[in-house]
Amino acid sequence: MPTATFVSHLFSRPKEFRNLLNTLPLGIAVTNLDKRIVCINRTLEGMIGLGQGDVQGLPCHLALRTNLCASDCPLKDISGEDGDGTQYCEGDMINDQRKKIPLRIVVSNITDEDGVLLGYIMTLEDMNRHRGSVHLDSQELQLDKFVGHCPQLERIYQILPGIAETDSSVLITGETGTGKDILAEIIHDNSNRSHGPFVKVNCGALPATLLESELFGHVKGAFTGADANKPGRFKLAHKGTLFLTEIGDLPLDLQVKLLSFLDDWVIYPLGSTKSIPLDVRIIAATHRDLQAMVQEGQFRQDLLYRLNVVRVHLPALRERGDDIRLLLDHFLQIYSKRFKKPVKRFTKRALSFLLTYTYPGNVRELKNIVEYAINICQGEEIRMEHIPAYLHEFVDQLPDSATTQPPPPDGGMDHTRDQAFGPEKRQTWPEREKQMILDALQQAKGRKGEAAALLGWGRSTLWRKMKHYEIE
Amino acid sequence: MPKVLVPLSGTYVAPRFDQATEVWIGHVSSRAPAHGKTFVLTQPSAEELSQLIITEHVQTLICGAIENEIYEYLIWKKIKVIDYIIGPYERALEKLGKDNLHSGDILFTKEERSLD
Repeated sequence: MPTATFVSHLFSRPKEFRNLLNTLPLGIAVTNLDKRIVCINRTLEGMIGLGQGDVQGLPCHLALRTNLCASDCPLKDISGEDGDGTQYCEGDMINDQRKKIPLRIVVSNITDEDGVLLGYIMTLEDMNRHRGSVHLDSQELQLDKFVGHCPQLERIYQILPGIAETDSSVLITGETGTGKDILAEIIHDNSNRSHGPFVKVNCGALPATLLESELFGHVKGAFTGADANKPGRFKLAHKGTLFLTEIGDLPLDLQVKLLSFLDDWVIYPLGSTKSIPLDVRIIAATHRDLQAMVQEGQFRQDLLYRLNVVRVHLPALRERGDDIRLLLDHFLQIYSKRFKKPVKRFTKRALSFLLTYTYPGNVRELKNIVEYAINICQGEEIRMEHIPAYLHEFVDQLPDSATTQPPPPDGGMDHTRDQAFGPEKRQTWPEREKQMILDALQQAKGRKGEAAALLGWGRSTLWRKMKHYEIE
Repeated sequence: MPKVLVPLSGTYVAPRFDQATEVWIGHVSSRAPAHGKTFVLTQPSAEELSQLIITEHVQTLICGAIENEIYEYLIWKKIKVIDYIIGPYERALEKLGKDNLHSGDILFTKEERSLD
């Protein structure tokens, strides 16, 4: 059991120190002179997935696991950049979900009234919460995660401040690859919960049997293998936002539990009859037609009503007019810089084609096409041969005018596109991506390392996608 | 006797798989103390360390924090990964020999944690 430490003379009565730290939205660790953990606050517990009792007395580099610990420990020298024994740095850590979290770290000396060094205090700030932080001016939004100024997006930008300011549940709909995840983060980052956690759960990624425990937690002994209490994602999102993506995949029995939370604001961990009150904002997202699922009895109508308090629909890329050009140039710039390539532009023919393609995989597909093209291209211009081979079958079917002239910049739908790419020609994004992998493997003569490099992926990413598409 | 690799940070299991510059590779069994060698890597790299695990035919990896993509890749390669271990690496090997090492184990005694 961790020992309690009290702070005197701050108030009329001693105050338990850790409770004081728990009110702060940053991860905080206090160490002694030997750099061993004296205490950590609740926010840091959530970040590292370990409790105060687990880490007390441990060398801090073993508990916190930042990349700086190995090479450039910020505690090594804090004589002070600004002379007051404080050091500022940026790094990252890997949490118990095996996810890398970018951090801003500040370390300071703790001294007594005579200036004698007693220990150190560190604050660790999750920078994921700030990278989506945007001013809600659409011009500035273009330079950040959301690139676009089509009428549909402009309407969303206008209502975003209002959505962000409240605690109402939000339902984000839209096809795969339209940016639902990004929008959820932007809403959180612009809310008064931005200093709280942003916890994401993919309701379709886990089997139903594990999902309940993952969401609501469990108590020791709740089932075979439950040898300790587990907090669950709802609890980790306390004072913050819980983002439930693929909400249409949530099993009916868990829909009931979610509805119960939205009514009473308490959860019951698996195996427990004791309720836990929580303050969590829910943002949900889906590419499915939830109303149709209600008709089929696969989604609860009452839950849909509760989630649908604020509904935001992200348009498909093919409906966004001039944004396609904007996005092509945006990703051309990003990937040229990232891969240190001299690529500056598209040829007229390649651009005409890319502007008329319908992108069933939406922005994600466009991004991958540009990334692939820049990997392949050795010169300054992206030509048709640099575009993934699976797209070339559509070139021959375009009317000549569509391949030689870009569509009129009227911001609306170009109907020649629909005629060229009728529904029977449209493949899903997974089919496209699978073809890209096959093309790269063919080009690399089966050498996976080389194929991964062509696609701009690490070997493990290529392996994961080959496994997903059952490519051997 | 399974072949085991442990990224090191001094005498501890390295807190980060992708930051380790030293590894222990050897064999562990329940009947004899673990025996192996320590190797220094030219640079920290999760990809290169993963390839070393494959080329050395390692069967079990004991490590600290590891990113999910690398973790799943090694699992797919049929390597047993026991991650999020905190503590002295020799103690981890001893527990592995007794088939008593689990992901998330913290291998410090109460006395070692005492702040007094």
